[in-house]
Amino acid sequence: MSGGRSRLAAILPLLWVAVFFAFPFALVAKLSLSDSVLAMPPYAPRIDWSQGFEGVRAFLAGLDGETYARLVKDRLYLDAYLSSLRLAATGTGLLLLIGYPIAYGIARCRPGVREALVMAVILPFWTSFLIRIYAWIAILKPAGVLNAALGALGLPPVDILNTETAVLLGLVYAYLPFMVLPLYAVLERQDESLIEAAQDLGATPLQAFWRVTLPISIPGAAAGALLCFIPMAGEFVIPDLMGGSETLMLGRVIWTEFFANRDWPAASAVAIVLLATLIVPILLFERQQSKVLK
Amino acid sequence: MTSWWKWVGVATALAVAACSPQGDKAGDTLRIYNWSDYIDPELLTEFTKETGIKVVYDTFDSNEVLETKMLQGGTGYDLVVPSNHNLPRYITAGAIQKLDMAQLPGLEKLSPDLMKHLAAFDPGHEYAVPYMQGTVGIGYNVDAVAKRLPGVKIDSWKVVFDPANLAKLKDCGVYFLDAPEDMYAVALNYLGKDPNSTSPADYQAATQMLMKVRPSVRKFHSSEYIDALANGDICVAVGYSGDVLQARDRADEAKNGVKVAYAVPREGSQVWFDVFTIPKDAPNTTAAHRFMTFMLRPEIIARASNFTQYANANDAATPMVDEEIRNDPNVYPTPEVAQRLFVTTTKDPELLREVNRQWTRVLTGR
Repeated sequence: MSGGRSRLAAILPLLWVAVFFAFPFALVAKLSLSDSVLAMPPYAPRIDWSQGFEGVRAFLAGLDGETYARLVKDRLYLDAYLSSLRLAATGTGLLLLIGYPIAYGIARCRPGVREALVMAVILPFWTSFLIRIYAWIAILKPAGVLNAALGALGLPPVDILNTETAVLLGLVYAYLPFMVLPLYAVLERQDESLIEAAQDLGATPLQAFWRVTLPISIPGAAAGALLCFIPMAGEFVIPDLMGGSETLMLGRVIWTEFFANRDWPAASAVAIVLLATLIVPILLFERQQSKVLK
Repeated sequence: MTSWWKWVGVATALAVAACSPQGDKAGDTLRIYNWSDYIDPELLTEFTKETGIKVVYDTFDSNEVLETKMLQGGTGYDLVVPSNHNLPRYITAGAIQKLDMAQLPGLEKLSPDLMKHLAAFDPGHEYAVPYMQGTVGIGYNVDAVAKRLPGVKIDSWKVVFDPANLAKLKDCGVYFLDAPEDMYAVALNYLGKDPNSTSPADYQAATQMLMKVRPSVRKFHSSEYIDALANGDICVAVGYSGDVLQARDRADEAKNGVKVAYAVPREGSQVWFDVFTIPKDAPNTTAAHRFMTFMLRPEIIARASNFTQYANANDAATPMVDEEIRNDPNVYPTPEVAQRLFVTTTKDPELLREVNRQWTRVLTGR
């Protein structure tokens, strides 16, 4: 029985990966090698099961990498990748700068206060994401709350809605908890006596932070950065609602391929390349994590 | 172990029951997928009261979204409302089914002129019943534009397609439709080219023209401009006639001092019509036919026009439409205006891809 259980425990994660990652990935990969046609569904070839083995062979012969060739030829795609990665990287950098002090501050509070503050970070996220983004639109729009406040203070109005600044603001706002929580988790676990030891050995508070706290918190920062960077690179809703049309991001490119061009193969190919791009930081993180464990 | 499996079984059964369509209830539910701000909600209530058929009503704001969903199939909708130039693609792909004309009394009241136009897209009138028609034009905030372009009559595409003019309007907010086929049709026409050109070079010329004005465009979006115009957040939108007129009414109702007007430019513009069609796999075609019959009744479709500010295709209904709407040449084009209007034809997938690629260049400015 227990042998069966442990085997089950080994199989379940594999099954999970197979059902929720490998299988959809294979479907999308297959689609990216197809051609777009005017039919239902709008791609070809499809497997003709009635032909048996022949049908499968005809299907495989119909697949090609033409779509990928187009991704290379047209600069649009490269530009979109670069601009998505740039926005995601800038967003992650800002999140580290803002999230770290917040997490550090919370971790240094009394136990009762700490929980309340963590709650305060999470609480806004109980309301609908869309409503919060619309609230930002109401704040940032030309005749919005922000400009009314600036006007009352006698300051000139700003017009940042539908610009890249607004997209960054939206990204940083939406992903803040995903940065604060992993950082808080490592900072809160940190042993106070390490700092005391550092100070006993003559370190100033700043030195103690720099040489003790910061290195210990790196895994949390890395986890937070990954949690934010990866979804931000593929983000669609925030750039669509808060960005201008010149904010070129991959989410939008996939949308255009899928909806405007009805070209499912191209949309799939863009998605596959994005995934491949994002796997690199994940693997780097894994390696770093396993080093820490050693 | 056994009890664990029992729970899994119960949970699965519940999930299956929750997800499967409600068997016998499908008979009294009608699922409609229509454009946003495109029906008087009261008409839906009345239809339900009269027939006992519950209406589930969802909306979209672009032909692109509708077409993608339809080609995927399994939408669960009984009635969808594409525009004329997309219709042939639906027919070719086999995404919609032929209507049962015996179930549609009242068809004879439809405008013969419009039906003649429609025949180019639906030969023999087998698949579609027209709902509303409208134009692409310029919606504007009268006072804000007059302040920036004093003495200029807003009756030309030059207002939005001449970079010097549009630059003067930039600060008060400019929206363009994010609808490549509609935008290129009017842009080509403005450049004196065939709005239905199949030559990529023509589209490139239009792209160059649009690139020159895009720095002054705040956003490309196909439905936000209704509220934005009404609130006074923007002062110019290239938009659909009825949507702009709805913005005008919303501003009037809000009494916020914003005066919105609409113009079909004198160079000419695109006229389109949206049609009711039934998806191939619609669960309840009977209810769909009953709804179309309901909307074919002159007194009903007249009220629909009163709400949407779009002209309907029903000649018998015209006298029942509010006077200010039926006498508005922007809604019911006079013969003089009608002369300037053109219909967009269907593009093949290759041209469509080229047009969309050009449009992405316009959107992103590179």
